Amino acid sequence: MKKFEKLTSAIVPLNIENIDTDQIIPARFLKATTREGFGENLFRDWRYNGDNTLKLDFVLNDPTYSGQILVAGKNFGCGSSREHAAWAIQDAGFDVVISSFFADIFKGNALNNGLLPVQVSDDFLSAIFAAVAANHKAQLNVDLENQTVTIADTGESTGFEINAYKRSCLIHGYDDIDFILNQKHLIQEFEQAK
Amino acid sequence: MSKTLVEKIWDAHVVKSEAGFPDILYIDTHLIHEVTSPQAFDGLRKRGLPVFRPQQTVATADHNVPTIDQLKPIKEELSRYQVDMLTKNCAEFGIELYGLGHPFQGIVHVIGPELGITLPGKTMVCGDSHTSTHGAFGAIAFGIGTSQVEQVFATQCLLQQKPKTMKIEVNGTLGKGVGAKDIILYIISQISAAGGTGYFIEYAGSAIEALSMEARMTICNMSIEMGARGGLIAPDQTTFDYIKGREFAPAGAEWDKALAYWKTLFSDADAEFDKVLTFEAKDITPMITYGTNPGMGMGIQENIPATNAQPDKEQLSFQKALDYMGFDDDSSLIGKPVDYVFIGSCTNSRIEDLREVAEFVKDRQKAENVTVWIVPGSKQVEQQAKNEGLDKIFEHAGFQLREPGCSACLGMNEDKIPAGKYCVSTSNRNFEGRQGPNSRTLLVSPLTAAAAAITGRITDVREMLAEA
Repeated sequence: MKKFEKLTSAIVPLNIENIDTDQIIPARFLKATTREGFGENLFRDWRYNGDNTLKLDFVLNDPTYSGQILVAGKNFGCGSSREHAAWAIQDAGFDVVISSFFADIFKGNALNNGLLPVQVSDDFLSAIFAAVAANHKAQLNVDLENQTVTIADTGESTGFEINAYKRSCLIHGYDDIDFILNQKHLIQEFEQAK
Repeated sequence: MSKTLVEKIWDAHVVKSEAGFPDILYIDTHLIHEVTSPQAFDGLRKRGLPVFRPQQTVATADHNVPTIDQLKPIKEELSRYQVDMLTKNCAEFGIELYGLGHPFQGIVHVIGPELGITLPGKTMVCGDSHTSTHGAFGAIAFGIGTSQVEQVFATQCLLQQKPKTMKIEVNGTLGKGVGAKDIILYIISQISAAGGTGYFIEYAGSAIEALSMEARMTICNMSIEMGARGGLIAPDQTTFDYIKGREFAPAGAEWDKALAYWKTLFSDADAEFDKVLTFEAKDITPMITYGTNPGMGMGIQENIPATNAQPDKEQLSFQKALDYMGFDDDSSLIGKPVDYVFIGSCTNSRIEDLREVAEFVKDRQKAENVTVWIVPGSKQVEQQAKNEGLDKIFEHAGFQLREPGCSACLGMNEDKIPAGKYCVSTSNRNFEGRQGPNSRTLLVSPLTAAAAAITGRITDVREMLAEA
């Protein structure tokens, strides 16, 4: 799994609430049998018109914005469990997603792929959107070790929660399978006791 | 110590619990399908691992299969390849597959219960968020991502934080024309599409206890639409009667032993939930959604809420949803013309759903402006419908009875709603483009869908029941 420690980057703001995984990657693009290439169809129906021309007013098509941090409205990643959503975001070059609330399954999927979901307060989320409205190249510093996000322009900073085990996995690039496989004897004992 | 039902089942499946780490939770049954499994099989190959307990894994093809001419080769190349990969992977790793052409094939959440694979007290997972359906039997069942599918393949376990628990009670008697789908759409409209996140929900109360197993599955199915990972209902005589005699259900002495255990599966009277909500059945009317998430629902006689009545920060998203749907705020949906009616999906494609629709449409015919698709949840449901002559009723009504699969619920196969068209649907999600690019979905119960099919318009089914 991809390691993550720190990132300083400009951001792509997507100020919409309840973004579901069908928007992140529509079902008709789930036919691939590998993990690669989903970035091409990230937010497909928001990025493209029906005739496959670009929707120029959509933020991912606006060259003013760039960076490895996606910032979105609350309840990000709700709906379908498709891990393809996390793969698509990562494949499109993002390493961090910030929102004021994440759907459960998406959050787990992101963590299992080294894509860091950072949950901040509604107010801090508003402060990020305000900072990027004032300066489209505004940068954020995301520090996993210290669990902080800082808006570089204003110095505003906040902490964020992450499970200590998951934080350690991200920092070292370990995944859950490595962890459980090391304890396989316990699983066999459990089965025998049942 | 007193425990909730979730805690009882959870604690019985913890292989290891260590402070600072998620629990290692043992998984009794793993259901898989063609869309979220191929990358997990690839992962096993890369690690050089077998499937640890293949006999606890069951596969079917449902998400990406055609619903007409299922026995002919799938036309679309990528879909065919994906379904073929499932067949190849199951053969290579020794997993039982109920693929196309098999009499047990169907939507993964329909076949588990009907085959007696889904049982009280089990832990069950699947790479599909509607796995919560199986909770109707008093099981801990939840959707997982593909990395977790690989984890269960490799270890038959998952690393999981113990969830918080919520009890939702619905008490009283439902009115005429109001069913399980209306109950769950009502609950979601009350607590929002995120109101259950982080919780496992136990549904209880007299209105829930009065429901059939199939209706209970409809309720638990949509737990994820309020963000809850899972939802469950304590097993009772209704549950036991449903299970007995099914293909893989325990029998003989095994049955007696299982039944004794199942009867211990309830939340203790003084068990504490992290949150408790109570609703009255009499407040629930036939429901319909007007927006682009399942929380945007209302009683069918109500007006869409006003945009300026929403909290400031939410007005932009709210109006965006109404613009997508082509609806005005503070307006009624009654009488709006519809283009498609879809009766199917893991929410409402079981035999009771088809019977209810058939009884309503018997001797009636669909409106000319509407295309109606009925997609049964499984080969067994399809066969049962034919045995009961429901197919003749649907044919007379001008409804197309198709072959089993997820179909237009997610529009992965060719069953797509065209751009801009309105589909009154018994499925579970009204997200933008869910049923096809730029399609517009209104979620309803099977009865309300049937009423729209007959009138060609959004209709309060209660008015048509009164006529009969």
